[in-house]
Amino acid sequence: MGFKRYSAFAVAREAMNYHLGWERAWGSPAPKKKYDVIIIGAGGHGLASAYYLGKNYGITNVAIIEKGWLGGGNTGRNTTIIRSNYLQDPSAAIYEKARSLYETMSQDLNYNVMFSPRGLLMLGQTEHEVRGYKRTVYANNLQGVATEWISPQRVKELVPIINIEGPRYPILGALYQARGGTARHDAVAWGYARACSQMGMDVIQQCEVTGVRTEGGKVVGIDTTKGAIDCDKLGMVVAGHSSVLAEMAGFRLPIESLALQALVSEPIKPCMDVVVMANTVHGYMSQSDKGEMVIGGGTDGFNNYTQRGSFHHIEETVRALVETFPMISRLKNLRQWGGIVDMTGDRSPLISKTPVDGIFVNCGWGTGGFKAIPGSGWAMAELMARGSSPLAEEFSMYRFREGKFIDESVAAGVAH
Amino acid sequence: MLILECPCCGVKADETELQAGGEAHLKRYGPGSTDEEFDGYMFSRKNPKGVHFERWRHAYGCGKWFLAARCTATLEVFGTYPAQTKEPPADLQAKIKQKRPNWEGYK
Amino acid sequence: MSTRLQKGGRLIDRSRSMSFTFNGKKMQGYAGDTLASALLGADQMLVGRSFKYHRPRGIMSSGAEEPNALVGLGEGGRFEPNQRTTTTELFDGAVTSSQNHWPSLEFDVGAVNDKFYRFLPAGFYYKTFMFPRFAWKHVFEPVIRQSAGLGKVPHARDEDRYEYAYAFADLVIVGGGIAGLAAALAAGKQGKRVWLIEQTAHWGGRAVVDGVQIEGQDADAWVKETLEALEGMENVTLRSRTMASGLYDHGYLLMYERIADHTPGDGRPRHRLWRMRAGHIVTATGAIERPLSFAGNDIPGVMLASAVRDYVVNWAVSPGDRTVIVTNNDDAYRTALALLDAGLSVPAVVDARPEAKGDLPEAVRARGVKVLEGKGIAKVKGGKRVTGVSVCLQAGEGAELETIPCDAVAMSGGWSPVVHLWSHCGGKLNWDEKQAMFRPDPNRPATGADGEAMVTAIGSANGHLSSADVLADAHKAVGGKGAAPGAVCATEAPIMPVWIMPQGAGPALRFKMWLDPQNDVKVSDVQLAAREGYESVEHAKRYTTLGMATDQGKISNINGLAILSDSLNQAIPATGTTTFRPPYTPISMGAIAGEARGEIFQPLRKTPMHEWHETHGAHWEPVGHWRRPYCFLRTGEGVHDAVNREIRQVRNSVGLLDASTLGKILVKGPDAGKFLDMLYTNMMSTLPVGKCRYGLMCNENGFLSDDGVVVRLTEDTWLCHTTTGGADRIHGWMEDWLQCEWWDWKVYTANVTEQYAQVAIAGPNARKLLEKLGGMELTKAALPFMEWREGTLGGFRARVHRISFSGELSFEVAVPASEGRAFWDALIAAGEEFGVMPYGTEAMHIMRAEKGFIMIGDETDGTVIPQDLNLQWAISKKKEDYLGKRAQERSFMASAERWKLVGLETLDGGVIPDGAYAVAEGHNANGQRNVQGRVTSTYYSPTLDKGIAMGLVKHGPDRMGEVIDFPVDDGKVVKARIVDPVFYDKEGEKQNV
Repeated sequence: MGFKRYSAFAVAREAMNYHLGWERAWGSPAPKKKYDVIIIGAGGHGLASAYYLGKNYGITNVAIIEKGWLGGGNTGRNTTIIRSNYLQDPSAAIYEKARSLYETMSQDLNYNVMFSPRGLLMLGQTEHEVRGYKRTVYANNLQGVATEWISPQRVKELVPIINIEGPRYPILGALYQARGGTARHDAVAWGYARACSQMGMDVIQQCEVTGVRTEGGKVVGIDTTKGAIDCDKLGMVVAGHSSVLAEMAGFRLPIESLALQALVSEPIKPCMDVVVMANTVHGYMSQSDKGEMVIGGGTDGFNNYTQRGSFHHIEETVRALVETFPMISRLKNLRQWGGIVDMTGDRSPLISKTPVDGIFVNCGWGTGGFKAIPGSGWAMAELMARGSSPLAEEFSMYRFREGKFIDESVAAGVAH
Repeated sequence: MLILECPCCGVKADETELQAGGEAHLKRYGPGSTDEEFDGYMFSRKNPKGVHFERWRHAYGCGKWFLAARCTATLEVFGTYPAQTKEPPADLQAKIKQKRPNWEGYK
Repeated sequence: MSTRLQKGGRLIDRSRSMSFTFNGKKMQGYAGDTLASALLGADQMLVGRSFKYHRPRGIMSSGAEEPNALVGLGEGGRFEPNQRTTTTELFDGAVTSSQNHWPSLEFDVGAVNDKFYRFLPAGFYYKTFMFPRFAWKHVFEPVIRQSAGLGKVPHARDEDRYEYAYAFADLVIVGGGIAGLAAALAAGKQGKRVWLIEQTAHWGGRAVVDGVQIEGQDADAWVKETLEALEGMENVTLRSRTMASGLYDHGYLLMYERIADHTPGDGRPRHRLWRMRAGHIVTATGAIERPLSFAGNDIPGVMLASAVRDYVVNWAVSPGDRTVIVTNNDDAYRTALALLDAGLSVPAVVDARPEAKGDLPEAVRARGVKVLEGKGIAKVKGGKRVTGVSVCLQAGEGAELETIPCDAVAMSGGWSPVVHLWSHCGGKLNWDEKQAMFRPDPNRPATGADGEAMVTAIGSANGHLSSADVLADAHKAVGGKGAAPGAVCATEAPIMPVWIMPQGAGPALRFKMWLDPQNDVKVSDVQLAAREGYESVEHAKRYTTLGMATDQGKISNINGLAILSDSLNQAIPATGTTTFRPPYTPISMGAIAGEARGEIFQPLRKTPMHEWHETHGAHWEPVGHWRRPYCFLRTGEGVHDAVNREIRQVRNSVGLLDASTLGKILVKGPDAGKFLDMLYTNMMSTLPVGKCRYGLMCNENGFLSDDGVVVRLTEDTWLCHTTTGGADRIHGWMEDWLQCEWWDWKVYTANVTEQYAQVAIAGPNARKLLEKLGGMELTKAALPFMEWREGTLGGFRARVHRISFSGELSFEVAVPASEGRAFWDALIAAGEEFGVMPYGTEAMHIMRAEKGFIMIGDETDGTVIPQDLNLQWAISKKKEDYLGKRAQERSFMASAERWKLVGLETLDGGVIPDGAYAVAEGHNANGQRNVQGRVTSTYYSPTLDKGIAMGLVKHGPDRMGEVIDFPVDDGKVVKARIVDPVFYDKEGEKQNV
């Protein structure tokens, strides 16, 4: 494949020929016998892991194996929020790394992922929440993450449609990250897939892993619906299905799979430029470039692999947001959907070696994975290529044994 | 939107009356246990895509905890039984085996 | 032009004229009209603009699938954007406006996009707008955002109300066409609890429009008769204007009833959202007609053939004077007949099939209409309205054979069963090659709690298109006794799938064939997606936005995936469908939120003294579902001054705190002591009757989760006080262990939080105040510190605890909740001579901080263990086990490097800002500044007239006197000295008098 560079000029040139000249964005190869590295899972995290293996470490004999279609899991089902205003140092480090990589991702990948640093607010609605967010601001400023605490009046200026004087939970201020925002989720997966393909990696879709082969405690390959494939190193980057794969490799993870739901309204003209999260009442909302209000809330409570959630969670979320933004009462819910998120014991991710030599996991992103994609891939690539990574250090799966948790619920409540 | 029958009060309880409590039949490890044992008890989870034994509380009903066998891939409920049980009742296990021949069984 | 016919119209009442406006222009319609039929009747075909190219858009359908005819409806607090005119009943005085254009519908500047359509193919934005980097946020995105979006933004607060409802049924039949009616009749006769719901205001569906004969009579008459029979059955519930929005697991069916959309302001709730639990669901949801893909098929005046027939028959509206019909099936000929019956002209029927010789084509021919076999439409002529069609060979490349002048085109590409509800919970589909449709696979239905099928599809929703088959299927599906109702209808020749017209159309034509007219997705776009590797149906959808418009692909999906399959050279079932997700058609957020808004957004818990607080200046703070007074404001007083006043009053005389929200849990039984020893870090079994002890609770992960005073009431009864937020959680926690782990222990718990009102009477005059009430001996000898007694105070039954969270002489008195307010009033009256006043949570917080007492949620945050807070004295060394003990033995928990509690005193007497961190030298491996501690509580102390704080600092207790730096705002640094956390009355003399 030649891989034409994308640009306005290229689009104009192809327009003359009714766009019949465009080539495939990524290949559709059959698997080879062996790869240096296999990444299972062609979602954002898996593709980013592969991309940075190639880009940062020159490792390009890589296959990315995908059960369904690339980007078809949580990468294509989230509410696309990007922020790094986390409290704990390890989280702030990896999310800020990710956020900074998002800033230049469109140029790096030559694919417009529409990163839009439109600003993000987390509302303080109880004294306790206010203290937590003020603490986060101080922590962020020492972590190199630019955030500030703003007044209710400033909130109202940034979000004219908000109700700051609700009778039950008046808004007391907000944690504001001006460089937080959103991106086009599918484009992130597509851009990475195209870039991986350009580096000579094989993105293999419609290929389900059926077994993990080990010899003497070390990984040697995988079995798939497209045959056996050998590898030296194996990265498992499959979010909700991590436990299923770990079981194949003979170990257990501190992971539970839960449904998380989201919904959008019908599109309306622009009325809210920033992303607003209201954690006391459990809901968050932004407006897409298409004009839909994109809404999310909390997870369901029980183990679930169906990608369907329970309606009362939608109710709770919409109630919270109608109270926060009364005007949405007269909008209509266009579509709701669910994804399966992988929750760890402390709700922070795993980027870790495993009991099997050569197998690495990157999972447990829970409800907040999209924003982490480039940072997660960066750290995973470093861990797989060099055996250790400062960004991944604290996210080891063995931290639970030591009692060394990374607990973000401290300040931020539930939502991502 | 699950419905689970509370084995204590007999009510077919709507999910909104219930509180989920995660994997059932975990053995508690206290002082004197190894790090691995304690870590396993606290954090390692089977999290199967399929038959799952789990804890529920009829929180907005009779208040009692109970256990359920449920398929996490289809949400089919095989049965519920009292929390005061060390392992799933034999007849329930047999019923599951009949409905899910490939199930590896309770272990 | 489109006009109102002189006679006819099944649904309109010509005696009831209704006026409405469209873009300010006054128009007339009739009762029974939809907005769409009324607009057409007033010759308003152009009603909006498309999303991307701002092309003119007209009414395309007559139902839920309408992609184009969306308007802003209403004004002020009743304005709603994106209202679908085809499903909106007309009401007198309706104010409507078209959407997505500037400055006007007729002249839209945004339509310039249409001139550049070749430069704006699917996904062009992924390939462009990348340089320079800042330009996306500052230039491109704002422009795109402004031109995108559809409806206007509502601004005023919603004036309507919404309600929730719950219901249960054995069988819910969704869809009030003849299938649903026949099924309901058969099931009703079996005595089942049956609900039959219909999304429109009318029963009978298509059959009544198409003139089907059922049981020897007109469908209309049969429908009427059947409805009467159903209304006579007590076990059957009928609801029109009720749409099944979504099916969720275990038979949870969400139903959206539009009660007052057509009678706004009449006082009824606007919408009612039903949460139905159904034993079984029958989908009789019918089918939706597909458009055909020919160039210019988006021009206003091109409509679905069935819709044209609906407008003529139901509302006596003719979409055009001369209507060309284009089809690949026999059904569309019914439209020709309906138009002819209404005296309108049908210049031709263009049929893509090589031969059209069925009953219906012959009937049309017999009426003198020419039928052009094997032909297609090369393109539609016109701009804002159809002016003619150019006819070509279907098998060719589009060379024009003739032009037929016309002002409307009725198209039919076949029918797609409505399979949304069937699919929501995982029901699977089969591709029916013969009928060219996806239909439910009866072997792979959605399953319920018992693992059995919970949905059955019947009638057209199950792929049966003739009325006779529909009725037979419906009757059989519900186990109807005897023969199914019989129907007589024309036999139809098979459909010929046509996904592109003409078959050999070149790129220029394919660039003008719309699949999704709202989002402007064309045949060429889907082909481009396939060419670029977006091969999965989900990729193609997301890349092109096909099916992502407000109709969610009802119009476009099947045609789009047929094009995709063709491009990929694979069969349609290999491509599959995108996932069907609720809601079926959009439902209002207002209905989802229901009545829960404003004051009743969430339940409000009130203490017995709540009303008193409300009338005495309470400045509220939400704490869980309670509201507690943060302080009590006096006229003209600020919050800060009020707090300081309250503290000074307590320190100098006496104040009252409403402590009723504190959790109170009774733990009783022979094993209660043993149980509490497991629950608390300290020993509770040894607490003597009559005494109180402060206790700590950890979770099994070792972290401090709650604290409070435990009271031993009797030999086998303890009363555990918890934090306000912890009451329900801790009670649940106790029950969890008792029911699931130590179920053989004989312990009983009861959460009695709301059974008692509790008041803290704190301050040097506290005893004097209570002694004025009289009834109990309260001297130090009679009731020493950390003990309790029961008796009466001023006639109130009271349990009096000598405990103190303020550091002052303090009594916490519990009285029955029903007497709480009277007791409070008595305290206020008796305390007058001491200047007694209530104090709020902030004064309480500051006073406890002055004393160095920890607060759950301030000093703890879920990551803090008791050892961090120097609370080793409250951890029993004698116990082998307690919840959290094993966890605290893990390496990081036992580490000497953990941050520990200390007091902090600024060098300048100021207050350290909330949440500030103390920095250490250097940076970590990720470039973050190293830190060595943080503030957990920080206040101005009016007692000491300076800032005081507590914090967690690395090796803190070993570093007394050391000064550490807290960088705060604007580059400033607050310097603070590490001190003992007890700032006030270190010896505890004041509380122990």
